[in-house]
Amino acid sequence: MADARVNRGTVGAKPKLAARGVGVEKGGVRILDGVDFEVSQGEFVALIGPSGAGKSTLLGLLAGLEAPSEGYVEKDGAPLDRPGLVSYMPQSDLLLPWRSVVANVSLGLEATGVPKKVARERAAESLERFGLVGFGGAPPWALSGGMRSRVALLRTALLGRDMLLLDEPFGALDALTRRGLQEWILGVRDELAATIVLVTHDVDEAILLADRVVVLSERPAHVALDLAVGLERPQTMEQETTEGFAALKARLLAALGVLG
Amino acid sequence: MLPPVLLGLMVLAGWEGAVRLFGIPSFLLPGPVEIAGAFWEARALLVEHSVPTAFEAISGFFCAAVTGVLSGLLINRSALAERALYPWLVASQAVPIIALAPVLVTWFGYGPAPKVIVVTLFCFFPITVATADGLRSIDPELVRLMRSFGATRWRIFSMVEVPGALPFLFGGFRLAVTYCVIGAVTGEWVGSSEGLGFLMNADKSQFEIARLFAEIGILSFMGVGLFLIVALLQRLLAPWTLRRNG
Repeated sequence: MADARVNRGTVGAKPKLAARGVGVEKGGVRILDGVDFEVSQGEFVALIGPSGAGKSTLLGLLAGLEAPSEGYVEKDGAPLDRPGLVSYMPQSDLLLPWRSVVANVSLGLEATGVPKKVARERAAESLERFGLVGFGGAPPWALSGGMRSRVALLRTALLGRDMLLLDEPFGALDALTRRGLQEWILGVRDELAATIVLVTHDVDEAILLADRVVVLSERPAHVALDLAVGLERPQTMEQETTEGFAALKARLLAALGVLG
Repeated sequence: MLPPVLLGLMVLAGWEGAVRLFGIPSFLLPGPVEIAGAFWEARALLVEHSVPTAFEAISGFFCAAVTGVLSGLLINRSALAERALYPWLVASQAVPIIALAPVLVTWFGYGPAPKVIVVTLFCFFPITVATADGLRSIDPELVRLMRSFGATRWRIFSMVEVPGALPFLFGGFRLAVTYCVIGAVTGEWVGSSEGLGFLMNADKSQFEIARLFAEIGILSFMGVGLFLIVALLQRLLAPWTLRRNG
């Protein structure tokens, strides 16, 4: 059944990424409270929750950018306590105006110490897969919003890490561009990273893209629902009109407290 | 380029006309023609004395750039340094440098050193503020992104923070460079044996008013020239900083 609770990883195998009893307190405010969930190798997990629930805070912890007040984050069974181990894409594209498209794409590689020439060559070679051919020399301000997002995603994907965290990557885009990028993500999913965690506030986006949806409660947030999508793969936009999709959406909206 | 030149010519023509029309004596206000004549007559002397002034202005500007960038960096990196240093830096700008300059001359002599110090005092503060503001303007999310890549502090600084601060920094440079000629002349005015400031002081007491105006003209050109050099460097080194909403 589509809404069956997911089996928490293969028995015996270490989860790719796990939050264990994670709590965060900032300036006396409890943001996260005992967040527990696992992401298995190869999974695409969407993280949704009411605004202000601490989704981005949680993603920062998974990226190793901050440390939790309680609990811990694990990657491949080892504590994840520093940045640079997983790929992370923040909400805004943060393209640098003084770098051309290809130089923006190579920023991540250069930041990790790859020699500039090698990084630029690899960036230039990768433009085609992301539909950016011919734009390598362009300045970022000449690009459309959708292209800027693709440049930002490619910059992160080029690091070639096995785990990718996306923080509302399409949040700032108009509905149509967003649609196009969602479809495009499904197409390049295998080239991005084996395992993906996507933070979104868009229930449709979560069901469409992810294998599993984790719903956070209101602040202080804990996991309110952990739901396997179980729709036919590969996903298509047409699934949005199916009954299975509608049933999943109803359950997620209910867990978010929006419906019923 | 044409509008400022035209405006300048119009003002000069009006000036010359007024001087002739009202018969203003030249020891009060010489006309542009007379000033040009005085310039031509003393051209060798004027060029000779322009060189040390330009040298002091430019070296003082470089000293100011170094001290300004370093103090701005310190203020940005350490909250304690900001609290301890900022009030004193502001206070240093309230000190009448013209009163301080003679003291510097008694300490450092008649050579270029006290002039360079005066220029530095005139110029460093806008650069300090520009550096601190420029570094503060960096999006913290950008720094976070760099950290997520696994970048070292040095790479974050050199790849993101320095270029990101450049628009502010060049603003500070452009402001500071317009002060540096005034600084050099102020330094020379109170005690020196060469430079346009020295020459102006002498001409003033000898009622060489036309030559005095010629010297003022040279100083203006020097200031505009240095400003244009900074603007050109900005265009060459950091063209993105000139874009709106860049």
